[in-house]
Amino acid sequence: MTRIARYLKPYTLLIVGAILLLFIQANADLALPDYMSRIVNNGIQQGGVENAVPLALRKSTLDKINLFLTKEEQNAVDAAYLLIDSHSPDYQTYLSQYPILAKEPIYVLKQLEQNQIKTLNPILSRGLLTVSFLDRILANPAQAQAMGKGLGFDLSKIPSNFYQIFANMPAEQRAPLINAIQSRFNSMGESMISQMSISAVKAEYSALGVNTTSLQNGYILKTGGLMLLITLISVTATILVGYLAARVAAGLARDLRKAFFVRVSEFSNAEMEKFSTASLITRSTNDITQIQMVTMMMMRMVFYAPIIGIGGLIRAINTAASMWWIVAMMIVVLVGIIMSVFSLTLPRFKLIQSLIDRLNRVVRENLEGMMVVRAFNRQDFEEERFEKANRDLTRTTLFVSRVMVIMMPLMMFLMSGISILVIWVGSHQVAQSSIQVGSMMAFMQYTMQIFFAFMFMSMMFIILPRASISADRIADVLETEPSIKDPPEPKHFPEPFQGVVEFKQVCFRYPDAEENVLDDINLIARPGETTAFIGTTGSGKSTIVNLIPRFYDVTCGAITIDGIDIRDVPQHELRSKIGYVPQKSNLFSGTIESNLQYGDENATEEELQMAAEIAQAAEFINTNPDGFQAEIAQGGINVSGGQRQRLAIARALVKKAPIYIFDESFSALDYKTDAALRRALKKYVANSTIFIVTQRVATIKNADQIIVLDEGRIVGKGKHHELMQTCEVYRNIALSQLTQEELA
Amino acid sequence: MTNQSNPNQMKPNPSGNGYKPGGLTQPPSTQINPMRRGLNPGAMMGRGGGPMAMMKGETARDFKGTMRKLIQYLGPYKLVTSFVILLAIASTAFSILGPKILGQATTKLFEGVIGQISGSSQGIDFNAIGRILLTALGLYILSSFLAYIQGWIMTGVAVNITYRFRRDIAKKINRMPLKYFDGTNHGEILSRITNDVDTVNQTLSQSLSQIITSVVTVVGVLIMMLTISWQMTLVAMLILPLSLLIVRFIVSRSQIYFKEQQNYLGHVNGHIEEMFGGHIVVKAFNGEKRSIETFSFLNDTLYSSAWKSQFLSGIMMPVMNFIGNLGFVGVVIMGGYLAVRNIITVGDIQAFIQYVRNFTQPITQLANISNVLQQTAAAAERVFEFLEEEDETPDIENLIQLEHVSGQVVFDHVRFGYSPERIIIKDFSAEIQPGQRIAIVGPTGAGKTTLVKLLMRFYDVNDGAILIDGHDIRKFRRADLRRMFGMVLQDTWLFGGTLMDNIRYSKPDATEEEVIAAAKAAHVDHFVRTLPGGYQMELNEETTNLSQGQKQLLTIARAILANPPMLILDEATSSVDTHTEVLIQKAMRNLMEGRTSFIIAHRLSTIRDADWILVIRDGDIVEQGTHEQLLAQGGFYAELYNSQFERVEIG
Repeated sequence: MTRIARYLKPYTLLIVGAILLLFIQANADLALPDYMSRIVNNGIQQGGVENAVPLALRKSTLDKINLFLTKEEQNAVDAAYLLIDSHSPDYQTYLSQYPILAKEPIYVLKQLEQNQIKTLNPILSRGLLTVSFLDRILANPAQAQAMGKGLGFDLSKIPSNFYQIFANMPAEQRAPLINAIQSRFNSMGESMISQMSISAVKAEYSALGVNTTSLQNGYILKTGGLMLLITLISVTATILVGYLAARVAAGLARDLRKAFFVRVSEFSNAEMEKFSTASLITRSTNDITQIQMVTMMMMRMVFYAPIIGIGGLIRAINTAASMWWIVAMMIVVLVGIIMSVFSLTLPRFKLIQSLIDRLNRVVRENLEGMMVVRAFNRQDFEEERFEKANRDLTRTTLFVSRVMVIMMPLMMFLMSGISILVIWVGSHQVAQSSIQVGSMMAFMQYTMQIFFAFMFMSMMFIILPRASISADRIADVLETEPSIKDPPEPKHFPEPFQGVVEFKQVCFRYPDAEENVLDDINLIARPGETTAFIGTTGSGKSTIVNLIPRFYDVTCGAITIDGIDIRDVPQHELRSKIGYVPQKSNLFSGTIESNLQYGDENATEEELQMAAEIAQAAEFINTNPDGFQAEIAQGGINVSGGQRQRLAIARALVKKAPIYIFDESFSALDYKTDAALRRALKKYVANSTIFIVTQRVATIKNADQIIVLDEGRIVGKGKHHELMQTCEVYRNIALSQLTQEELA
Repeated sequence: MTNQSNPNQMKPNPSGNGYKPGGLTQPPSTQINPMRRGLNPGAMMGRGGGPMAMMKGETARDFKGTMRKLIQYLGPYKLVTSFVILLAIASTAFSILGPKILGQATTKLFEGVIGQISGSSQGIDFNAIGRILLTALGLYILSSFLAYIQGWIMTGVAVNITYRFRRDIAKKINRMPLKYFDGTNHGEILSRITNDVDTVNQTLSQSLSQIITSVVTVVGVLIMMLTISWQMTLVAMLILPLSLLIVRFIVSRSQIYFKEQQNYLGHVNGHIEEMFGGHIVVKAFNGEKRSIETFSFLNDTLYSSAWKSQFLSGIMMPVMNFIGNLGFVGVVIMGGYLAVRNIITVGDIQAFIQYVRNFTQPITQLANISNVLQQTAAAAERVFEFLEEEDETPDIENLIQLEHVSGQVVFDHVRFGYSPERIIIKDFSAEIQPGQRIAIVGPTGAGKTTLVKLLMRFYDVNDGAILIDGHDIRKFRRADLRRMFGMVLQDTWLFGGTLMDNIRYSKPDATEEEVIAAAKAAHVDHFVRTLPGGYQMELNEETTNLSQGQKQLLTIARAILANPPMLILDEATSSVDTHTEVLIQKAMRNLMEGRTSFIIAHRLSTIRDADWILVIRDGDIVEQGTHEQLLAQGGFYAELYNSQFERVEIG
């Protein structure tokens, strides 16, 4: 991955931006469970009452509360509340909010800071609870005895005018009782008191005549609104990340593809062969698409998973630190499952691929050899071969599928099991009042977020190696320097261009090969003459002509044209002098015209027609209703091999080059067409230097100079009749093709 | 560059079914569904969710008929499949109960807490909670277990169907008339055997259970929601039309760019393939600059549609999330209102919230399913179409079996065309005596192999008859007829296996000695022994470990081993080195000794040595006779022959 990282450089800013946005998104996502739990805790369970500090309370209630508070606490409470009675300026507004105001004065909470509420909360919850407890006893003396069970004294004995008596007591006398209550509360725990006092607040609100439903709805709406706002932030962040990721991924793919294409365009044949054309195509299509997808995924999810995973962990621990072990256990089990399932299946995925290849191969062979299969009546054998490949594939697929199938129910079970565990452990903690029910719910949400984060991170370990293989395959190509380059200070061919090609003690060896393919090659080819190469397969005759346009460079010696070493001129200039017809006649998709014009973009219609006629292609072009506009499919597969070859020849002729190379260019032509073509050609390219590589003696019988090659060396040089006398190899070749009589 | 399904290729799932970064609550229960997509092996095999799945794919011409056939094809698995459907329903139903039961636990907990506060009870009833949790745990275990059983069985069924499909296609290939393959390229058939079959497999193994679970989930969740509160359900339902609208909007948008992207990706890849394939031509004609210019243009266009397509397909998930949260707040408000009035409990609200969040997922999936089914039907249709193609006409009753074949061949007013509208052989008659050599001559592409195809009954004549030893070839069993011929084609066909197996191909019961004797007669023995592994050497995929000439010799050995009374030889045009060429000539001469031989000839020497020459032009036999007769005629053959000897100065 690191090897192609530099192609991400132009996108650094976008990536950093995306990561920042991911942090925002993660924080928003993590905040959401908190709002959820607030809606459940405060909104539903507590009826919209957030804490024990009421927004308003009756003067009578506050007075009672004050009885149980210390002097300092009383001052704090008094400072927070404002007395409202019929003389107050805002009397009417408050009256509509708190209808009780008509009967008695009330206290209304002033605007307070968060921390002031925090200090008031325990004070008021203790006060409120005490008062509401006493009120209930006083209101219902009959039940008092039962309610006081375990308190150590009989509550029913409390006099009905308790508050009056208590108020009249001196402070020193009240203190022990206050302390007793305080210690009792201490044993109950802050959270429990806070929750219990909520109902006291709600009771006080109903006493005030407040509409508690709208209070609750108001709270839910407010919190829900905040929640929506946060979701909106999260959504915006996600969309923006998606935008940035899409641009980076598509951009990276575009840049890589471009760099790749340009690099391959510079390659010489040596590099093309090193990688193989098929592999280069796969690399520039599949591998780059793979990189694009992984980049997209990295930016949107892989970066996100650790952020939310760690964030979720922090929040989960903050919510209920005592349950950390549940999270830890979950992660261990989760990662364990994923890793074991994948270590079991991943190698087999590769196996499946090769089994599919094998299956395809059997079918392809069967299809290609259809006639042979039927001629020898071996259909059964073919079916058996297929059967075996099919059975192997089926067996492995079944195994992998069945292992993978276990993933889903296991994961599902793990998640449910964790939830149940959280509820069980959590409810004990709730009973001990160390957490609230809502917090437990929030904890559950966090564990699920952590669950998915870790699941994703484990997947990442499986995806990344694969992507890095693709990256390496691309980088291998990008980092390969083309072996043939233009010289830094190029020379140029002298004008007028002659086209005298000379090989001076040339030898050639393929890269990484141990032996020379060509050795000690010396020859001169002159304009207006035909030089033919003949020899057995592997004798190096094709290699020789491939050295002239510098598809390869000579290993030793030199090739000169008009006295200039071809390595000293720019490749472009050199190749502009050569009309080349390759062994494999490659046509490009387009029309016949566009293919011929590949030789010369500015060729006129007459020139194209002329070239087609010489190449013996005019007949089939003209019989086609579309003529020169006839479509050519990619690779020229919609025309026959012979037609393709003739078009490739015509394409080279359009170029009107001073040097022509025909590399086994007549092989797909029958003798008649071959002869007609050569006859026409002779007139057209009379002044060019011509090279012909062939295996047919008939094709070159009349060449000015025939070079016979054997195992990379020149074993004969001369005209047909001379070689028939002097060259054993040549005679053997000729004899195998023509009868004595014809050779004469 | 075939688009084979590749299990190694892990496609990311941008629509994020497996992972919901924006997820608010991930309730434990019905989260099954997203998992189902995200972790399944098939999802990684390529189809997955993703933008592709949302795109309208190809559709079957006859959806209903194909589906019926597919069900029929399930055959013995119909019962098992119904059982699997029951399992899926049960598994989903159990998991749907989960949140409700867990909600009860929450309610109990709540009541306990409230009781503790008000002092009216002893606090939290852990026994009750424990019981509830155990019930829930039991349900989850059961649900997971059933889900696994279901998956286990269904993969078995799917894999078996795949296996049978492939087997049937492979068998079908060998039963079809050759004619079919004239109009169909190999890639197409290969694509049926891999891609199309795979699509059906995936649907069976995943989509089928997904459809079931999605439907059950939607219905079940709806019921559960209704049992909790119809008012809240109503509120929850309000978001549906909204989400549908948005889904449709986004999908229609991204579809445009997706198509464009695929389009340009095709162009770019096509250009790459073409330019890399024709690298040498590009270089020779100094075409690099032009090629890069074209490439850059295509590449830039691809970029601008690619990022838009990717971006739009990724937008769906967060937007749907937002809408989900909108519904969530509505439900909570409604729930709070009802809770105050003691119509529902807090635990119920908790459960309801989970149900709401699980409601959208299966609905989005169901929205996709029609596409998936259409794709499946289209794939299955292609497979069935292939399987239903006509077989070769069966052999007739009352067949003739010859003890001894002398090799006399008579063409009696043969009329033939690859299609009835285009008759190429108009009226051909000839009588060939046993042991004669017949050269078939004609320019490239004249249709020289047509006669061969008729002789071996790869095609039947439209009119007239071909007789062997006086019997119409249609009266033989095809296998018997073909056994009378040995065939050596220029397009040497060998298969992946050992050299021994390849030679033995023509006579499976041949002993090793017989094989080696044939190899010697074909001059194969010598070079085989120089190869690593000798006769046991495995041929590789492109059979690049043998030269073209060596391959030709092997096919000759194969024909010699078969020892047929008649021969069909396709002479190699060139591309064989001289030494091997001499060997081939000798081997062929050995082979032809005493047998009636049809030779598609390129060498003049072969033609001249023939007893009879058939001259083919545009598929028809235009002249026949001996070399001298034909030359004397001064017709097409003479013209063809003389072109060889014209003194052409050029070469």
